[in-house]
Amino acid sequence: MTTADPLLKVHDLITAFDTDAGLIRAVDRVSFEVPHGKTVGIVGESGCGKSVTAMSVLRLLPQPMGKVLQGRVEFKGRDLLKASDAEMRKVRGNEIGVIFQEPMTALNPVHRIGRQLSECFLLHKKMSRKQAWEASIEMLRKVRIPAPELRMGDYPHQLSGGMRQRVVIAMALACGPDLVIADEPTTALDVTVQAQILDLMKQLQAEMGMSIVLITHDLGVIAETCDEVVVMYAGRVVERAPVKQLFTKPMHAYTRGLLASIPTSATPPKSVLPTIPGMVAGLADLVPGCRFCQRMGRGGGILRERPEFEEVAPDHWVETCPNCFEDLS
Amino acid sequence: MQSLLSIRDLKVHFPVHGGLFLKQLGTIRAVDGVSLDIAPGETLGLVGESGCGKSTLGKAIVRLLEPNQGSVQFDGRDITKASRRSLQPVRRDLQMVFQDPVESLNARHSVREIIEEPLIIHRTGNAAERRKRVDHLLDRVGLPKGAADKYPFEFSGGQRQRIGIARAIALDPKLVVCDEPVSALDVSVRSQVLNLLLELQRDLGLSYLFISHDLAVVKHVSDRVAVMYLGKLVEVAPAAKIYRDPRHAYTKALLSSIPEPDPSVQRPRVKLEGDVPSPFNPPAGSAFGHRIKHPRYDETVGKELPLTEIEPGHWVAADPCCLSEEDWRKVSAAS
Repeated sequence: MTTADPLLKVHDLITAFDTDAGLIRAVDRVSFEVPHGKTVGIVGESGCGKSVTAMSVLRLLPQPMGKVLQGRVEFKGRDLLKASDAEMRKVRGNEIGVIFQEPMTALNPVHRIGRQLSECFLLHKKMSRKQAWEASIEMLRKVRIPAPELRMGDYPHQLSGGMRQRVVIAMALACGPDLVIADEPTTALDVTVQAQILDLMKQLQAEMGMSIVLITHDLGVIAETCDEVVVMYAGRVVERAPVKQLFTKPMHAYTRGLLASIPTSATPPKSVLPTIPGMVAGLADLVPGCRFCQRMGRGGGILRERPEFEEVAPDHWVETCPNCFEDLS
Repeated sequence: MQSLLSIRDLKVHFPVHGGLFLKQLGTIRAVDGVSLDIAPGETLGLVGESGCGKSTLGKAIVRLLEPNQGSVQFDGRDITKASRRSLQPVRRDLQMVFQDPVESLNARHSVREIIEEPLIIHRTGNAAERRKRVDHLLDRVGLPKGAADKYPFEFSGGQRQRIGIARAIALDPKLVVCDEPVSALDVSVRSQVLNLLLELQRDLGLSYLFISHDLAVVKHVSDRVAVMYLGKLVEVAPAAKIYRDPRHAYTKALLSSIPEPDPSVQRPRVKLEGDVPSPFNPPAGSAFGHRIKHPRYDETVGKELPLTEIEPGHWVAADPCCLSEEDWRKVSAAS
């Protein structure tokens, strides 16, 4: 860690789900930090635990199945896991904003935009209705929605996907949060609209100075928007580094495999793409040891003993499994 | 070269009903005058944003949707008006792979039944031969032998897509329409399925119409790329050419918005405001010119903006709003 304390510090988090097959760990001792004013990307394939990590931070796990078994979530110096439900309600939407993947489900279809947006101000900022209404219009203007006074009277279905996501962003940022958690914010959008939304988030960050946790499966989005990257595989962080470092010196075999398997502008057309063989084991079948070795079909002691997660270069952390780790520093 | 598939001025319109007595309010012009060719062994990539009509076009080609106007020639035969019965032999050669590998496989059928079904419908071989063929196909798409007697839910997304591909190639087709075949898959599995599609093409000489919104994937698999915007093609060119030297303003904007997985690359982005207009009520002139509020938009109102060959093999819509001055002069001279 460098100079100041980070805004968010997730330490040794374990989140499990109570299923018919027993207690299954979806997040298995995950640690990472989010510095002030920075964007941290969490990348991984479906089921790797990236969304569950975010929902654990927000204490929005599905109840009663989801449980945090261990760990600390330090936000501005206090542990959110120990906060009461009433305290958490003050944190969510006020100090931490959330942007979900599907703007249509994040918005209430039977209320007008204006009412949904004003609600944030009424709940957290003790404003009068009139003040909240004015502040909402200002917020819509901030996310570059044309003719915001008119849009206040619209229902969500009257807006396009890109406009809806702008409204969701406006709601997330309404109370001037210190942290925004964006869970696949552009996955449901087209590329040209995705580019608009990512640019908008960058501009707003420059204006308002909040930190962002961006959850995505798209390494292109990570490369364009993040300062630091957390790579998750099967419920664990396998690598964590500043973005340039991660793309130039990926030290874990899984990160290298992911980066190699996407065609870039330099890949010869129609050539055979490098692949990661096999697939992720089911959550119930995961071994305690190195899970990427499990996927690669390796055996032996490495499947029993969990590899250390170490800082091998400044701010560059890797799970140092003897098979998967290659020291490039 | 003789085209395997040749589409001319294809239109697919959907009526929109509403109001108290469900009278027709208008039409959605999902595909509005598209012409294109696919050569044997070629992959034509079809890109565009959601709602541009690319999937509708794919479905109209395999006649899952009835075109309103225009013609589809397949292997030298006009299949636009062919009856269901006379279409059956054509279906052997014209298959489809769907986006969602869960929805497109019957959950109550075993993998063997799923892959065998086209063989039974087309009366191919006896039971023993079909059995052998299914085993061969499973092996071909990289699934274990034991997979035949399992059910779709027992497989991961990537494996289910392999089952869908095995079914599509069961009858040795000539053209496979792939509608977003890897969009639902994770990155590491996506490259496996793309490699399989490329390998099958090499070995079996397949042609693909590869529909996708993922421009990086399309670039990797395609020989030629067609860009679609609001029901019309705006640019068609060899893949390497279109990515290096796009001419249409929409293609340029689209290409510049792909996030490149390399943080050291900071490419200038073509800023694009607004959204795709609705195909229910499209602008009267150049659809993209309308979106970018181009000063020459008024010139295009009510005009056809036909694809014009600007360089050998490179076609672009003759649209003054979307071309450079120089290209517009070339295009006007050509038409």
